[in-house]
Amino acid sequence: MKRDFVLFIAFSLLVVAVPLLFSGGYLMNVLVFVGINTMLAIALNLLLGYAGQISLGHAGFFGLGAYLSGILTTTCSVNPWVAMPAAAAVVGCLAGLIGFPILKLKGHYLAMATLGLGIIMYIVFNETVDLTGGPSGLSAIPNLKLAGVSFDSDIKNYYLIWSFTLAVMLFSLNLANSRVGRALRAVHDSEVAAQVLGVNARLLKVQIFALSAVISSLAGSLYAHTMTFVAPASFGFNFSIELLTMVVIGGLGSIYGSFLGAALLTLLPEFLRGANEYDIIIYGGLLMVMVMYMPGGLVRGVPALYRKVVRQKSVADHA
Amino acid sequence: MNVKVMILVIAAATLLFSAVSFAAAPIKIGALFAVTGPAAFLGEPERNSARMVIDEINKAGGVKGRKLELVAYDTAGDATKAVQLATKLIKDDKVVAIIGPSTTGETMAVIPVTEKEQIPLISCSAGSKITDPIKKWVFKTAQNDALAVGKIYEYLQKTKQTKVSILSVSDGFGASGREQLKSQAAKYGITIVSDDTYGPKDTDMTAQLTKIRGTHAQAIICWGTNPGPAVIAKNVRQLGIKTPLFMSHGVSSKKFIELAGEAAEGIKLPSGKVVVADVLPGSDKQKKPLMAFVMDYQKHYKAEGDHFGGHAWDAVMLLRNALENGADTAAAIRDQLEKTRSFAGIGGSFNYSPQDHAGLGKDAFVLVEVKNKDWVIVK
Amino acid sequence: MQFDQILQYTLSGLSTGAIYALIGIGFSIIYNATGIINFAQGEFVMLGGLLTLSCLELLKLPLWAAVPCAVAVSTLVGILFERLAIRPLRQPTPINLVIITIGGSILIRGLAMLVWGKDTHAVPPFSGDTPIAIGGATILPQHLWIFAITLIIIFINKVYFYRTISGKAMRACSYNRRAAGLVGIDVKRMVLFSFIISSAMGAVAGIIVAPLTMTAYDVGVMLGLKGFCAAIIGGMSSGASTVIGGLILGVLESLGAGLISSGYKDAIAFIILLLILFIRPQGLFGKADSERV
Repeated sequence: MKRDFVLFIAFSLLVVAVPLLFSGGYLMNVLVFVGINTMLAIALNLLLGYAGQISLGHAGFFGLGAYLSGILTTTCSVNPWVAMPAAAAVVGCLAGLIGFPILKLKGHYLAMATLGLGIIMYIVFNETVDLTGGPSGLSAIPNLKLAGVSFDSDIKNYYLIWSFTLAVMLFSLNLANSRVGRALRAVHDSEVAAQVLGVNARLLKVQIFALSAVISSLAGSLYAHTMTFVAPASFGFNFSIELLTMVVIGGLGSIYGSFLGAALLTLLPEFLRGANEYDIIIYGGLLMVMVMYMPGGLVRGVPALYRKVVRQKSVADHA
Repeated sequence: MNVKVMILVIAAATLLFSAVSFAAAPIKIGALFAVTGPAAFLGEPERNSARMVIDEINKAGGVKGRKLELVAYDTAGDATKAVQLATKLIKDDKVVAIIGPSTTGETMAVIPVTEKEQIPLISCSAGSKITDPIKKWVFKTAQNDALAVGKIYEYLQKTKQTKVSILSVSDGFGASGREQLKSQAAKYGITIVSDDTYGPKDTDMTAQLTKIRGTHAQAIICWGTNPGPAVIAKNVRQLGIKTPLFMSHGVSSKKFIELAGEAAEGIKLPSGKVVVADVLPGSDKQKKPLMAFVMDYQKHYKAEGDHFGGHAWDAVMLLRNALENGADTAAAIRDQLEKTRSFAGIGGSFNYSPQDHAGLGKDAFVLVEVKNKDWVIVK
Repeated sequence: MQFDQILQYTLSGLSTGAIYALIGIGFSIIYNATGIINFAQGEFVMLGGLLTLSCLELLKLPLWAAVPCAVAVSTLVGILFERLAIRPLRQPTPINLVIITIGGSILIRGLAMLVWGKDTHAVPPFSGDTPIAIGGATILPQHLWIFAITLIIIFINKVYFYRTISGKAMRACSYNRRAAGLVGIDVKRMVLFSFIISSAMGAVAGIIVAPLTMTAYDVGVMLGLKGFCAAIIGGMSSGASTVIGGLILGVLESLGAGLISSGYKDAIAFIILLLILFIRPQGLFGKADSERV
């Protein structure tokens, strides 16, 4: 318990310190995205890593939150701080309603159903041109303002986004270590056994699905106000797969793993910028290699690898 | 190694270093092109043309003794990436101007960034709303889709084929074209009898065309980029539809003729003059730069220079002219660009002004028709 | 609404549906033998078309030689995929399998992009493109090829799965892997066979549809997804039900695009998918599944 607390404080301090070390420049912009992606990865991880339910359509909830916030604050001139929770509430209710029928499915069927859901949402974003601006996107979304400070620069957005991200992390860590978290893991291992023990598996799955959607929607709203522009292309099937990759590479069922995965996948394209034709191959290859050789993700695989190497070395020393 | 050789090496190194440090710093020009992804047919020729013309300028000594350096990033047609990379160009690479992006969607996303950072942006995309309403730091070299629509409607009005069906692709290019088709219809006395869309990856449009066949339209206008229009051309032939088919400038390339095959014959569309450069009259001011561009591109890249590459060529040349006139800061470049008059480029003859950052007129387009697998100008 | 129009929508829908059916059968075969949903199935369709193009243009082979060549190479890719990606998997949980096949499809697509570029390519039709009139509607000769080849493949499938020993062995695996292994069936070999058959079928589907739709490195994504919808509608069977599922999907899509809205055409397939999964997950013709606890 205490160790977790110390780890979290250390991580938060690191987050606060980074801009002071690497002031300004393009890196700040990228780190803002790392923050948003971490939130999304955690949302998906709660559903996938803890509850064991596959979702290939999470980009849809992200987009829904972004568009709802965007439309409310531009066309209806609603205050962004009101639009954000409103959007999250709508997305949460929607997810709850859809969750009941969709979570009756398991494994591949659930994967395909969520995939279909995500694609339908994308098509709606694209086609409802009068509401969303269609393929050309929605622009002139206002920045968030708090106490007279307008969040319009990278550094300010960094702190804004990361405050939310850290809050989400804290919340999820708490959840994972609570009764609910244990119930989730029970459902993951064996739904029937959990039900026998008194866990309302069906309700729990829907609740987690809705929670995951709400966090994604929140990330979407923040994304809309940071970018001041949203387009359907960012919320399609490809991004859902990217999120899945982040969670798997980082480590299923690990909150810090989600951060690692999000950070790696957001920063990697920046370093691979020269090899642009090959990045899609590296991507697919990385996915396959990770699943085959490090199914627990980086967060478990790297320490295991280290221990293996150290153990071999010490064996060699003693021989 | 003896002392003499050492001294020689050190002397040479010192000379080299001093030569380098005395050379003037290059002028950095940023570029955002969609080299990969769904708009690659735009971004790749644009990047190639930009590189080609900057190499040539540098070989001829650069601009006022300084070389030009092109910092080009691939946005993959993604508006979000475009915004991120625009920020990178301005903050990290410290460019004095940005060329591109390749698509209207990306451009609209990038505009707030360049407006805020006060860096001139010369877009290579067609959307009329890029420069209308006018923005202080934004220019464009691609012809407005409004002009393309006008060209088609003008012809239809002349031939009294005023009942049209629209079939547009559901992406930024198609959406923008559709907007223009709808808003300009009344001006030319055109009635739109049906308005359908298709997805960029769709492989069969017989459903939409069957519906259109039932409307008794006198002309079908298809607004999209390859491969969709090629499929539509083939579907039209399959269904035995005799209504004349018009396309947008998005397919004014040999690729379209290649994909559509026999079905392309008789299709008319507005095009930049580059595809018919060799048959232009000698009096046309653009003929010389057009022919030079086509031959250069063929030599460098073993492919036909099309008008998409031309947009980037125009952008670089416009910047070069601004630099030649003494501008070297972002603000000065912007002012010089605005003063451009009668620059004969690939896209047309450019005339910028404080009220017009699109610069082209109706003569930027010619109406062409596919005959015997090649383009001919429609009289 | 005119009868002609409905007829046209139906005919176009049937031919698209036949393609979905072929791809769907590919999904079902692998799923039945291994329990894996192969997300990379669509990529074999893409490979079939592009490889045929290369055989025709680069190697200058005539059509009747190019097609088997293309199918052979696609099958090879399928075998490699099974060997390198599926077999070594240490923890074959559904999540891992989904991710590995998605990763595989991304990888194959990326390699295809490197080899053939991002351009779309036209493939010549098998026997010309003079339209054929049926009632007030028209189809192309290529459509007839699609129908004919689909029927032939279904027939071959029926014969293989019900008359040959290895076919029966594969069916045994799909009913109960453990029991099949206990009676001496080499389950691992059946897995390999299922991939071989599916990739070959996918390639054939890609080859016969390419002259109509042109081909590029990314045609596999949507086709694969819609093929999967067809398989779900048909209850994951490797025979007639999936074919009917595919045809229904194609026709509904075509009617929806023509009569309701062309923009939401793709959404129709997925809405149908969701409805089937919610209301009757075993497909229109399947028997309800029972799960061992």
